[in-house]
Amino acid sequence: MAELLEVRHATKIFGGGRLLRKRAGMVALDDFSLTVGTEPPAITAIVGESGGGKTTIARLLLGLTSPTMGEVLYRGTNIQDLARDQRLQYLRDVQVILQDPYEVYNPFYKVDHVLKTPIKEFHLATSARQTQTLMEETLNAVGLRPEETLGRHPHQLSGGQRQRIMVARALLIQPRLIIADEPVSMVDASLRATILESLRLLHRQFGISMLYITHDLTTAYQISQNIIVLYRGEVAEVGDVDLVVKHPLHPYTQLLIESIPAIDTTRTWKQEKRAGDPSTKASPSAHGCKFADRCPHVMDMCRTTVPPLYRTEEGRAAACFLYRDSPQLGEAELNQVLATPVVAHA
Amino acid sequence: MKPAILEVRDLTVHYHTSRGPVQAVNAVSFDIRQHERLGLVGESGSGKSTIALALLRLIRPPGRIESGRVVLDGVDLLGLSVDDMRKMRLAGIALVAQGAMNSLNPVARIKAQLGDGLKDHDVHLSARARDERVNELLDSVGLRRDVADMYPHELSGGMKQRVCIAIAISLRPKLIIADEPTSALDVVVQRQVMDTLLTVSEDLGASMLLIGHDMGLMAQVADRVGIMYAGNFVEVSPSAELFRDPLHPYSQLLIDSLPSLESKGALKGIPGLPPSLLDRPVGCAFRARCPRAFDRCVTEEPLLPEVRPDRLVSCHLY
Repeated sequence: MAELLEVRHATKIFGGGRLLRKRAGMVALDDFSLTVGTEPPAITAIVGESGGGKTTIARLLLGLTSPTMGEVLYRGTNIQDLARDQRLQYLRDVQVILQDPYEVYNPFYKVDHVLKTPIKEFHLATSARQTQTLMEETLNAVGLRPEETLGRHPHQLSGGQRQRIMVARALLIQPRLIIADEPVSMVDASLRATILESLRLLHRQFGISMLYITHDLTTAYQISQNIIVLYRGEVAEVGDVDLVVKHPLHPYTQLLIESIPAIDTTRTWKQEKRAGDPSTKASPSAHGCKFADRCPHVMDMCRTTVPPLYRTEEGRAAACFLYRDSPQLGEAELNQVLATPVVAHA
Repeated sequence: MKPAILEVRDLTVHYHTSRGPVQAVNAVSFDIRQHERLGLVGESGSGKSTIALALLRLIRPPGRIESGRVVLDGVDLLGLSVDDMRKMRLAGIALVAQGAMNSLNPVARIKAQLGDGLKDHDVHLSARARDERVNELLDSVGLRRDVADMYPHELSGGMKQRVCIAIAISLRPKLIIADEPTSALDVVVQRQVMDTLLTVSEDLGASMLLIGHDMGLMAQVADRVGIMYAGNFVEVSPSAELFRDPLHPYSQLLIDSLPSLESKGALKGIPGLPPSLLDRPVGCAFRARCPRAFDRCVTEEPLLPEVRPDRLVSCHLY
């Protein structure tokens, strides 16, 4: 059977010259391919700075936007061409948790509404009583007390509670994949850990795969097995999260990790070598590596040729000419370096 | 120990709602010493930003400063006339706000926005001298001089935040309040902007109140850190000691809940929620979530004594 979701050579360009304006578009994603399987289920983190293309990937996979070039397949069929029942199955299999737990709710409805709607739409319960039981079970599964949440309006709950209800809603439908786009970036530190832990629990207990999209390498490291580092719409480094975070190879990944202020005060926050001119809105050169202007190891070839992904070891590849002695990895073979985790189904 | 540049005593700020006063900041006292960077951390709703606004006297109705004293370099800010306070802002105490980069006027050039503060505070300069001052300011925050003639939309987020820093230092304030100055920026840009902010404040000899929730940033940047909970400090300690050996149970749990890049493990949140500020509990505000709460915490609100040298902790355990 074809894999759950597959992105093939997707390029997404926003804007650009049409009719009156003649301008180069903004390339949000550049020839990106990824297969999201569910056997065995894995948590894959997609990290990078704003404008890196993270959210574009999420939106493509959710069918909220279509690629300028390339295609997105659900079980082998382009998601734009799904038949009605296939489309319903797709909507069930792929769920999303969005960044802002304050804006996803309609303030006029009680929070029960976001749980009841999918139950009704997907015929998950046959009676009001069953609906109630199902809602309560799901809330318990994400660590919420139903008596403290059901029957309330969104403004009566904290951001952390609201976000956990969204996790519950995603779980309710028993999806194969949850796409979580910055699920904890707007939640306080003390609650962040709780929400991440409940995501991890869903993965372990119910065998749900996850794409965890974030700018926060620390939480990505904590919950995922694999990581994809994006830089301006291209994959900079990909592989096993322990390898990538502990020993980053791509200069961009190294910069990212160095930039995280450590809680340990004995380790100092290294000053960045003034690489590139921070006072210009960077416009990467049309040819070559997009990171060349900021890279401390830049070579002549970086300015003329786009570096392919080099497979430096079993579970990792980096798009950098520093590793040009390693064999190349086609963009479409990204999955080969993703570790397949062994997951015990509960 | 250096003398204090700012003394805050029993500052109390309430927001008056139809359901009663929300006690956002409850009799808070602290000092900021000369050339010191004091960090202020806490969950949302713990009163961090309210303190920042209160120091600048920018609390708007339904909020009100109920009582307290705020003394900046010998001047009681709460006693100043509205006009004198307006002069004090920027010249004595300046703010770099969280969304500062969205506070720039989209239809005015950067140099006009940098010059506005100077004009408004009666710094009379010839056009040429003002341009020169604008250039100096841009230099000091690491921006190219041609930025002066640009509009905000031509700049990246990090550059806009630098412009805001340039505005904040334009009248050489004694105290810079930075309310989550980099939380809207990417981690790489954050470091560059933070670096700039620290360099310019050091050059000026200004003290800084740095508000945020990024504990890593606090550990790296602040000299002392105050941890707030439900409108009060629970602990104020030098940052190195705080992160190595937190004393208050809330500080301990908070630091424990932070994910690290060093080792993987179960992520520990703090169970429960902060109390409603409409109806503050008697006794310690944290007792409902505290694993070490005992009888006394229910009846008696802890003060903030110095339990070890330079370490203030508001807990009956000490």
